Amino acid sequence: MGGPARPGPGRPLRLPMLDRLSLRTRRTLSAWAFLALPVAFYVAIRFYPTADALLTSLTDWNIVGPRRFVGLDNYRRLATDPTFWKVMGNTFQYLIVGVTVSLTLSFLVAYHLDRVRFGHALLRALYFVPHLTTAVAMAWVWRWLYQPVPIGVFNGLLVWAGLPQQPFLRSTEQALYAVLAPAIWAGLGFQVVIFLAGLKAIPQEYYEAAAIDGAGNWRALVHVTLPLLRPTVVFLVVVSSIAFLRIFDYVYSMTNGQGGPLDSTKPLVLKIYETAFGHFQMGYATAQTVVLFVILLAISLLQLRLLRSA
Amino acid sequence: MRTGKWLLVALGLTLAIAGTAGAQTVEIEYWQYTFAQRVQAIDELIKRFEAENPGIKVKHTHVPYDDFRLKIAAAIPAGQGPDVVQLFYGWLQDYLKAKLLQPLPTELFDSAEIERDFFPLVKQMKVDGRYYAVPTAVRSLSLFWNRKLFAEAGLDPAKPPQTLDELLVMARKLTKTDAAGNLLQAGMALDMGLQDHHWLREVLIRQMGGQPYSTDGRSVAYNTPAGHRAVAWYSDLATKHKVGQFGFLTDGVTAFRSGKAGLMIDGSFRLAAFDAQTGLDYAVTELPTHQGKRSNFASYWVNGITPKATGAKRDAAAKFLKFITTPAAMELWLEKVGELPARKAVAERDAIRTHPKYGAFIRGLAYAEATFFVNETAQRKLFMDMVDRVVLKSQPVPESVAQAAAEEQKLLDAFFK
Repeated sequence: MGGPARPGPGRPLRLPMLDRLSLRTRRTLSAWAFLALPVAFYVAIRFYPTADALLTSLTDWNIVGPRRFVGLDNYRRLATDPTFWKVMGNTFQYLIVGVTVSLTLSFLVAYHLDRVRFGHALLRALYFVPHLTTAVAMAWVWRWLYQPVPIGVFNGLLVWAGLPQQPFLRSTEQALYAVLAPAIWAGLGFQVVIFLAGLKAIPQEYYEAAAIDGAGNWRALVHVTLPLLRPTVVFLVVVSSIAFLRIFDYVYSMTNGQGGPLDSTKPLVLKIYETAFGHFQMGYATAQTVVLFVILLAISLLQLRLLRSA
Repeated sequence: MRTGKWLLVALGLTLAIAGTAGAQTVEIEYWQYTFAQRVQAIDELIKRFEAENPGIKVKHTHVPYDDFRLKIAAAIPAGQGPDVVQLFYGWLQDYLKAKLLQPLPTELFDSAEIERDFFPLVKQMKVDGRYYAVPTAVRSLSLFWNRKLFAEAGLDPAKPPQTLDELLVMARKLTKTDAAGNLLQAGMALDMGLQDHHWLREVLIRQMGGQPYSTDGRSVAYNTPAGHRAVAWYSDLATKHKVGQFGFLTDGVTAFRSGKAGLMIDGSFRLAAFDAQTGLDYAVTELPTHQGKRSNFASYWVNGITPKATGAKRDAAAKFLKFITTPAAMELWLEKVGELPARKAVAERDAIRTHPKYGAFIRGLAYAEATFFVNETAQRKLFMDMVDRVVLKSQPVPESVAQAAAEEQKLLDAFFK
């Protein structure tokens, strides 16, 4: 036989260099070896661009020219840009209305679905289907639904009932909610499924104990179900907050990429896209992404705190 | 015999070397944005060019519109990317500032010749006495009318409106509503997101006696009674006369295409789609005049040579650019893409000038204006919002125009600072 380090069949390859290291060090090394690829990947496609974006936000850059350092000019311009404040207002309207309405609806559906035995799986699947559909296709279908007569279904129904037509997407007051509706509808299935899982995780004994103490449905809901669903609710609030803060595809598809009329539906992400690829002002667009990043970061940190205290 | 053999071998070798030197090919790259008809047209032109120039290979790259500027800007300073590149006429200043173009070689592109042969709007491509780009094709606007709807409304399907007043009268007749006043068929398709903002800017404002910008292009000039009249006349179509409705059938093209609008303003690039629509019996005519004044809006994409092309590549690039701006290339472009020839001689050939569809666009080119946009996206939106404020918010026209003018002046100032 040769030296002890020669690998035989079925024996692991051994490097004498590694033998000299302690077991602990070797474990750490192999952990890092496995982590190296994702770390490199993250550094290259996440951290580096993020850092670069921070720098770009301090420059004036039209994509084709050199970057010119302008300090905090872009942020100063943001503060005085009326469209930016309008867009921030819209974004938070999407966020607040979207999260409240979608969570209320999905909880109501899940709460009742949880008690239905007959056709449970089918109903659950039906609620989930919109979540699987392409946002752009769905946005276009809704866009048609909102049209004035002769092609719009909603207005067709209104006219049939003898009511006046509504402008929906062509109104500065209604358009934002008209865009929000399909976004809520599409997210509903996902939220229902998560709520159902949360409801299933509540031990039956608590309900039995509550029933023995004479609690009705309502009191069981308020004192057992809701408190125990807290982690689920926190999770859904955070996930859907991030989704509504980044709303883009519905608005883009339903308003011809304009966020109109008169910017009444334009969210921050659409303004960023427009600044970057319509006006070619990369520095100014990046400054807006930094603002969005800070908001998303704040929400994620808040989530961590809430989950820890839960 | 032996010497003879060697001689033959030597001769053969010399020929072989000379042959490879002759077959030494130069490869150049051409870039444009992805748009099916444009891609097919360039592919066809490259095939013809390579057949005529065996020593040159052209590599065709097309990039999605949203990434187009970014990729070019990243590639050229790194010595990569296109030797010949397509760009929108309004981008020239940005490209020059970023040093993405070199002046066209005068041997092949003589300034006097360009100005003699091309439509005058090409002059915007001349900076400090030298041309940096030339167009293959140009676009202008025309009035589309639906002959079937004309006949149904009791109008003569062979007689489109010649003036704005006639247009309004006919649009009224073409409009259908239900008992509650809901629009069922639009007299005119209204869509500021498509070509209507150009019509308003370069045609209606001029026809009402104003001009959109100062002659040097540095100041907004439409915040005048003439400008107010133009915006009021256009908004009235929707609010007062109700011959159209913004967003009717989602957009103007759909409304006209589905036979639910009698009239529409659009470009020649729409012809292919409309021709493919069964049951749509339409025709095209020059834009209506007003008080004897005519105007039109023209825009175009141009091709230029980047600094990457040097030596043999520069010569090849210039040859290719020359080739894609020949009369033959322009005819092919018209047929495949539906955009009009940029050379007057080609456009004014009888077959094209009197063509039942292209003819109107060509005749309109003769008196068309090309807006000097500093930021087309933003300037279009300013016009859309100006009309929306009047239509949706009932803001008085002078106020809305003043607001748009102030905002647009800011854009111009930022550009010319």
